[in-house]
Amino acid sequence: MSLLSLRDVRVQFNTAGGVVRAVNGVSLDLAVGETLGLVGESGCGKSTLGKAIMKLVPVSGGEIVVEGVDIAPLSGEQLTGMRRKVQMIFQDPYGSLNPRSTVGRSVAQPLVLAGWKAGATAERVETLLRWVGLPSDAKQRYPHEFSGGQRQRIGIARALALSPKLIICDEPVSALDVSVRAQVINLLEDLKSEFGVSYLFISHDLSVVEHIADRVAVMYLGMLFEVGGRDQIWKSPQHPYTRALLAAAPIANPKLARARQRTVLQGELPSPLNPPPGCPFNSRCPMAQDRCRVEKPVLRPVANGAQAACHFV
Amino acid sequence: MSGQALPLEITDLRTTLFTRRGEMKAVDGLSLTVGAGETVALVGESGCGKSLSALSVMRLLPDPPARIVGGQVRLNGRDIVPLPEETMLGIRGKEIGMIFQDPISSLNPVATVEKQIVEVLMTHTELGRGQARVRAHELLELVGMPDAARRLDAYPHQLSGGMCQRVVIAMAIACSPSVLIADEPTTALDVTVQAQVLALLKKLQADAGMAMIFITHDLGVVAETADRVVVMYAGRKVEEASVDELFENPLHPYTVGLIGATPTPGAERAERLADIPGMVPPLNALPQGCAFAPRCKRVMDRCLTEKPALTVPGPGRLVACFAAQGG
Repeated sequence: MSLLSLRDVRVQFNTAGGVVRAVNGVSLDLAVGETLGLVGESGCGKSTLGKAIMKLVPVSGGEIVVEGVDIAPLSGEQLTGMRRKVQMIFQDPYGSLNPRSTVGRSVAQPLVLAGWKAGATAERVETLLRWVGLPSDAKQRYPHEFSGGQRQRIGIARALALSPKLIICDEPVSALDVSVRAQVINLLEDLKSEFGVSYLFISHDLSVVEHIADRVAVMYLGMLFEVGGRDQIWKSPQHPYTRALLAAAPIANPKLARARQRTVLQGELPSPLNPPPGCPFNSRCPMAQDRCRVEKPVLRPVANGAQAACHFV
Repeated sequence: MSGQALPLEITDLRTTLFTRRGEMKAVDGLSLTVGAGETVALVGESGCGKSLSALSVMRLLPDPPARIVGGQVRLNGRDIVPLPEETMLGIRGKEIGMIFQDPISSLNPVATVEKQIVEVLMTHTELGRGQARVRAHELLELVGMPDAARRLDAYPHQLSGGMCQRVVIAMAIACSPSVLIADEPTTALDVTVQAQVLALLKKLQADAGMAMIFITHDLGVVAETADRVVVMYAGRKVEEASVDELFENPLHPYTVGLIGATPTPGAERAERLADIPGMVPPLNALPQGCAFAPRCKRVMDRCLTEKPALTVPGPGRLVACFAAQGG
């Protein structure tokens, strides 16, 4: 059984300019102990999908099944129980911590809400801070006293408090410097091997995703274009958008960078208010044909166990 | 004389921040040259002084608190550090162009694209308004603006981040400057748009033979764009090398750490990233010896008391590290 199973999930926002279908029918499975990378450019809906799984945005359709229970229709107390299983860490570790609350109180909050007694809570906070590599006296201090990397550790400690099965990581290292970024990535990997937690790792940074993910899902204007194993995606990407995305990512090796054939994708993401009819990628796709302008492709099995949404793969 | 001068020659540049918490040496004796058609990448993490170096070269430092307290910045042979602001107004945008990280805040939100480019042209060239408008259109075509004729009448908020950065680039190159300073020009852009802008900058530079300083924290972008790389840490240059040598045989432990901390495609899965423990020290609390010593794997007694000077370990290379010099 999948830990998380998404079926045709939809999120739409009504704006002054019209309806934005931020997540437009996403189906995806995440196995126990797996790290699933979710990649795409700004506005593709990857963060909205992460928030939808946490029910932080209204879900307008589909099923979000966590350990066999569809949480999409749940609310109130039923939802609180589920939240213990799925936690989230955010890109901006400062914005996601209460500046007027000590680190100890912030990390203890999920435990207090879950009805833990004071003694057990204090003990658990000590343990959590140790796991994420923060000194014990951190609990009396305030978020502004910490660097960006340390604040991200605080956010991770809080997410771990109730031993979740799944942590949704929304660009957790994008705001960090290179050396600190590596520390946080290593910490996430250590915690995974120690506790068997799974990650949905949302990022625009392909090199980080290639490093951390077991499987990868590529998203574009609200829909999934390709889902496959990490090696399959990097060695034999099927969807033309995946290929373009990988070709655009800088390689930190000057000789490899010069040697590769580079086709720079033309144009930019279309407005999500007014996506092109048919395949949303047809306005930029080097392979686009008439069919792509009228018929929207669906995600289906292709070579190497991958799935891709393209008429011509 | 000036015919042989390098486009940009920075010698012992010192920029200090004068704050209530004391004086901080944000740029501490930086020397750097950039030849025509050459791209030098300035690499380092937040607070290493790379952006303040660029602002010093442009003479755009926020004063207070920042001020150049020593050194020279020779632009085509002329030291611009002592020049009055009125003279700098004629140099910025003409001899030296600059592109910043956030393209939207680099543009005037209440002026059309055409008006902003025309203003640059009319300030620095003899062109009349009509000719400047024609040239503005040509420039937009040159920087690959989609549907350029229509975008002339657009305001910045009507354009995407990538299009705004194209406008900024058009303004920066409008007067064919000999030096272009690009401060994290693609950091705010999506990866496919980043690739477009990097390709554009390389092409414009090759066509015009501009000297370019490219400031970035992203080693992938360095590998894609630079000829030579200068690594900075806590206000000082710690290593300089050609881009190939730097990635193949980094000498400074900080450079080694940065490269190890950057995931490379195709690497074996089991590998942990080589993180650098700790974090960049604040400028008002720098250690007495080498600023990197508290985080360094190869630290020796000497590093704690003495600042290593730059030495020449091989042709075209510089490194400031006792361990890399063999003690």
